[in-house]
Amino acid sequence: MTEQQEQSSTIMTVSDLNLYYGSKQALKNINLSIVRNQATAFIGPSGCGKSTLLRCFNRMNDLVDNVRIEGNITLNEEEVNAPAMDVISLRRRIGMVFQQSNPFPKSIYENIVYGLRIAGVKDKRVLDEAVETSLKNAAIWDEVKDRLNDSALGLSGGQAQRICIARAIAVNPEIILMDEPCSALDPISTLKIEELIDELKRKYTIIIVTHNMQQAARVSDVTAFFYLGELIESGVTRTIFTNPEEKRTEDYITGRFG
Amino acid sequence: MKRYLKTGEPFVLITGASLAIVLIMTLTLIGVVMTNGLGYFWPHHLVRFHLADGSAALGQTVSEEKKPAIGSRRIQVKVSNRDILGQDFRWIDEKDISSRSLPVDAVLVERKEHGNFVGFLKNVTAAGLVPDSIADPWEKLLKARESLLPRVAAIQKLKDSMSGLNYRGERLRMKILKLEYTNKEANAAQVAELTATREKLLAEFNTINDQVTGLQNDLGSFKAEFADVTGAVKEVALTEIVRIQRPNAMSIPAKMLAYVERIRELMLDDPRESNTEGGLFPAIFGTVMMVFLMSIFSLPFGVIAAVYLREYARDGLVTRMVRIAVNNLAGVPSIVYGVFGLGFFVYGIGGNLDKLFFPERFPTPTFGTGGILWSSLTLALLTVPVVIISTEESLASIPRGIREGSLALGATRLQTLTRILLPMATPGIMTGLVLSMARAAGEVAPLMIVGVVKLAPTLPFDSHFPFFHMDRKFMHLGFHIYDVGFQSPNVEAAKPMVYVTTMLLMAIVIVASSLAIHFRSKMRKRYITSNF
Repeated sequence: MTEQQEQSSTIMTVSDLNLYYGSKQALKNINLSIVRNQATAFIGPSGCGKSTLLRCFNRMNDLVDNVRIEGNITLNEEEVNAPAMDVISLRRRIGMVFQQSNPFPKSIYENIVYGLRIAGVKDKRVLDEAVETSLKNAAIWDEVKDRLNDSALGLSGGQAQRICIARAIAVNPEIILMDEPCSALDPISTLKIEELIDELKRKYTIIIVTHNMQQAARVSDVTAFFYLGELIESGVTRTIFTNPEEKRTEDYITGRFG
Repeated sequence: MKRYLKTGEPFVLITGASLAIVLIMTLTLIGVVMTNGLGYFWPHHLVRFHLADGSAALGQTVSEEKKPAIGSRRIQVKVSNRDILGQDFRWIDEKDISSRSLPVDAVLVERKEHGNFVGFLKNVTAAGLVPDSIADPWEKLLKARESLLPRVAAIQKLKDSMSGLNYRGERLRMKILKLEYTNKEANAAQVAELTATREKLLAEFNTINDQVTGLQNDLGSFKAEFADVTGAVKEVALTEIVRIQRPNAMSIPAKMLAYVERIRELMLDDPRESNTEGGLFPAIFGTVMMVFLMSIFSLPFGVIAAVYLREYARDGLVTRMVRIAVNNLAGVPSIVYGVFGLGFFVYGIGGNLDKLFFPERFPTPTFGTGGILWSSLTLALLTVPVVIISTEESLASIPRGIREGSLALGATRLQTLTRILLPMATPGIMTGLVLSMARAAGEVAPLMIVGVVKLAPTLPFDSHFPFFHMDRKFMHLGFHIYDVGFQSPNVEAAKPMVYVTTMLLMAIVIVASSLAIHFRSKMRKRYITSNF
């Protein structure tokens, strides 16, 4: 891939981003581009700001009091933090999956169509179709197709997390943010989610925050290493893991701290 | 010993013991109320006591107690016959009794006035009502009462039409007043027309009234002659008799039937004898309607206020102060709410409503006096903190992830609230509603000054448009307990009624709460939050 091609397929760019919680600076001068249809992994020790950065992308930080953001984030050359940006449509374009699976206390069907319903879609056929395709895309269709009207709260942790992924892709976003999606799951469920991420890459851009180095190595094309609010190094995953430029990256990856 | 204390077992014992004490106290309270209340309607035997001095007494045994001063027991007997003896109850020392008997023909007569009469049936005057061939006075009396029923019903029908006429006449009078008040000259023609209509109604009313008086006089000639245990004769008009029984001759099934009939009367009839006899229907209706209206006012306000406090208000000093204030509001003495309700709702809002809409009726107030609307609003004010606190708590207990999950899908805060948060908070909101209903149903002090009365002639809901009459005063079971138990001229006779009323009030609270709890558990099953 040449430099030129990479530039044209950039979907998000972060430039000179600083973020403060009150007087405490949580992100320091971040510059980063996210490439379309690739999985980008954010790694780093706890409290390094990787989740905070993820939450900047779909403006979930709006919900937190006392947050101040400087710098730019653009999605397809559109400024995310601009006053003119409609947060509702932004969040429809950037889906999110959380650390704790959070299915709504509704049926599986209603969970999947929630995003469509609040967007005003009423056509039963459209909803049915969306349920089937997104459950299939989330690789859980076979497990739940006979009990779509059962409560989503009765599912196991791994199933619930895949329901949450299906729910996110039902509104057909461009990017899916995943905030440690496997940290509460057993190894088999984790494996399923990782395989799923591999599949999803073809259609969506994935940004995944993870504590698990092997996971980052397995699923991501690009890895960014954060430390104490700074972006230390980012690049092609294989390079980062085999031949990092920075000493701190190497120390973290080899388990010398973190 | 020290080691035993260290295990922490004694603490477990203490917690268990406290729970046991609370349970025992509750069960005792319910037990006392139930035994005293449920026994009241059972037709007890009429016992004739032959006393040592040669006299006799007839009545139902109410209670017995030891009297150490004379070294024997004494018996409290309900001898009734208030108009002859001056009081309903009498204490008889056990040592004065030479013998007791249960005369089969002893009758217990419930009268519309002067309380019960106990004695013996002597004769029935019912010429033309029953065939003379029946000689037995008891048979004759039963037959006569039966054949009186259609005539009494006819009179009642006439009375109903009278109250309808009265209502229409009153409406017309108000209309005329209003027309005269707004512009006497311009509306003169209309006023004259309405006055003529009203006069016609009044004339009709008077004709029916005369008719009713005539019919009642006719029925008054049917009489029964009784003798009390000493032989004194008492005549009672048949229409004055509510119920007549020979409890000593009744079989158990017959007594059960009589019992059920008394319960029916209690639930569905109006009170008599300054509330110590008859039914409680107006009080039951008033209580239920007031609690219902209170819920309509306090539930939405409480929920909306809690939503703002928890979801929208910035968590700062002011929010915290408001929260503390709301918590403390729940502890303000209820009479203070009553006084506030009187000043603010009744005189403030009600008085101004009268000035705006009913100035022609002055000095008679319409809304500027206590009524069911103001009572419900006052109690809503009293219970709204409970709803706010429980709603806030249940909103706070919803995991953050659920909110974020909804918002991350592009939902607005309002959509998140109505589609996810409020349904999930419903069980908590229902808990608040249960608590506030129980509190409102039991509250008496504030109601006494904002609209509850001893005896309300009309219900706040009837067949006349607009059906709900929010300005009307109403009766309430809690106030009924106070009134019958402590304000009635014949406290001893009213005592069982106090227990019965208490039982009913508790039953209403329990039924209302169970409904809400049932609803809540259904919701809880649907919205149980997942944890793993």
